[in-house]
Amino acid sequence: MPEKVITADKLTKRFGDFTAVDQISFEVEKGEIFGFLGANGAGKTTAMRMLCGLSMPTSGAATVAGFDVYRDNEKIKRNIGYMSQKFSLYDDLTVKENMQFYGGIYGKSDAFIKNKTAYILDELHLEKEAHVLVRSLPLGWKQKLAFSVAVFHEPGIVFLDEPTGGVDPVTRREFWNMIYQASDSGITVFVTTHYMDEAEYCNRVSIMVDGRIEALDTPGALKQQHEARSMDEVFLKLARKAKRGEG
Amino acid sequence: MKQFLSFVKKEFFHIWRDKSTLLILLGMPVVQIVIFGFALTNEVKNSRIAVLDPSKDASSLAITAELDASRYFDLEKNLVNFAQVEEEFRRGKIKLAVIFPAHFADDLQHFNKATVQLIADASDPNVANTLTNYATAIITDYQARITGNKQLPYTIQTEMRMLYNPQMKGAFNFVPGLMAMVLLLVCTMMTAITIVKEKEMGTMEVMLVSPMRPQMVVLAKAVPYLFISSINIATILLLSVYALEVPINGSLFLVVAESILFTLVSLSLGLLISSSAGTQQTAMFISLIGLFMPTLMLSGFMFPIENMPLPLRVISNIVPAKWYYLVVRSVMIKGVGLQEIWKETLVLFGMLVFFLTLAIRKFKIRLA
Repeated sequence: MPEKVITADKLTKRFGDFTAVDQISFEVEKGEIFGFLGANGAGKTTAMRMLCGLSMPTSGAATVAGFDVYRDNEKIKRNIGYMSQKFSLYDDLTVKENMQFYGGIYGKSDAFIKNKTAYILDELHLEKEAHVLVRSLPLGWKQKLAFSVAVFHEPGIVFLDEPTGGVDPVTRREFWNMIYQASDSGITVFVTTHYMDEAEYCNRVSIMVDGRIEALDTPGALKQQHEARSMDEVFLKLARKAKRGEG
Repeated sequence: MKQFLSFVKKEFFHIWRDKSTLLILLGMPVVQIVIFGFALTNEVKNSRIAVLDPSKDASSLAITAELDASRYFDLEKNLVNFAQVEEEFRRGKIKLAVIFPAHFADDLQHFNKATVQLIADASDPNVANTLTNYATAIITDYQARITGNKQLPYTIQTEMRMLYNPQMKGAFNFVPGLMAMVLLLVCTMMTAITIVKEKEMGTMEVMLVSPMRPQMVVLAKAVPYLFISSINIATILLLSVYALEVPINGSLFLVVAESILFTLVSLSLGLLISSSAGTQQTAMFISLIGLFMPTLMLSGFMFPIENMPLPLRVISNIVPAKWYYLVVRSVMIKGVGLQEIWKETLVLFGMLVFFLTLAIRKFKIRLA
């Protein structure tokens, strides 16, 4: 029985009359790449925020890394990495300074930060750019760097909120290679996306429509169930039921 | 602690990399001191005047000479007829006209009574008032001298002393006001803007997901601005003492301590603004309209609070700068100690506790 690192049970978030996330239930296993799909406004980001402790659930239960999202907020934060939809590095800091900063706020030792920084610079072939302001890097590099920074402190779980928005296909491929590497080293990856080709890369995907999870399985099984050739088709079949507009 | 230091270091990088803002932050007090100290002064110096003197006798000439010799007036023109007076005013050439009657000295000697007419350009009422007062004083002075020892049986002589500021220097008034303004601008506006900037950029989200405590984020944001404010306080005090010759009559330590208290009040105000503003523009707007304007108008630095209608006088009490201004002016200029200003200090302290509590409670740990 593999370890469950994220569990959600009828997790719900309401904003006034509007139910952004409606009783979603799922489990994510350790080391899994879990794709969280949905049209814009389907509630992906809200659901993810509840799991990260950025947003308080209205009802239902959830645990992340074994900790309750209501009570053990602070403990969860120590065990997760997060890459936001918006670009999350500081433009006016150099590549190295950004890494030092994030290592610092996670309370890592100087030796750890030094080794890890050298390792990442080597991995990303950014040694020459170590002292370049992030502002002047191309977007693809920035995204890869942002991912490295999100897992800098070696968390058990990393949450990626539409990490590849606006990135070219080649870089997206490289980005996914990094995700595989992280997964191989035991990091659980929870990723939202609306690129359906990326959904194929995930171990399992859930598809959210109007705040509810309409489907949850491996990409292969989903395609079979819906008699579709690609995830794109599966998604379109499900998303057509949506009543909410693009949001 | 390491988390905190990493954050503070990052903030210094932000400030250091943004050279133009840094220049403004550090240069602003210097520019303001120069503008207020040398250009925008309430003192009226070298005002141009015209004299219409049909009598041209010893007395009228002596008075004219004394007016011209004083540092307040420069004799622009001797007029020959009354029509010219208005013409000169209209052309904006002069601020004051002095008009002697014909036979001025005769009147003075034979009737013991002579009139001099002072006509001032009251389109600026304050200046007009000041100029007529100066001119009257010079003429009264002359009269006292020619009366000499011939003591009149009953005279009341007023003797005036301008306490704490015998030369009536404007700088004594605006240096404390300027300190309040600069501190408010740097601390409140800059803190509000940098925090809102992180919200806008999305980095605040990352910060909130990290184990860094939100209170620590806020505190770390404040440290660099506290540092810049200290430099600014030093700049203003040095410039005002050495360039404007404003004394620090009270304890320097007390001035600095009160300034730090006010800085903290400003920082917590900035924090409060940042928690309600969504964009940098909003933060800037609230800081300028909601804080800067009331400070300028209601702190007593530009306009005396005593002359305001009751509602404004009441409102002025909630402007922190009013209290700080009172404190600094009392300590710097009057040289009083803590026993005379403890009430104002207590008000500032109360404001600090109130705003800080409110700001921390409003600061959202979770985004929604």
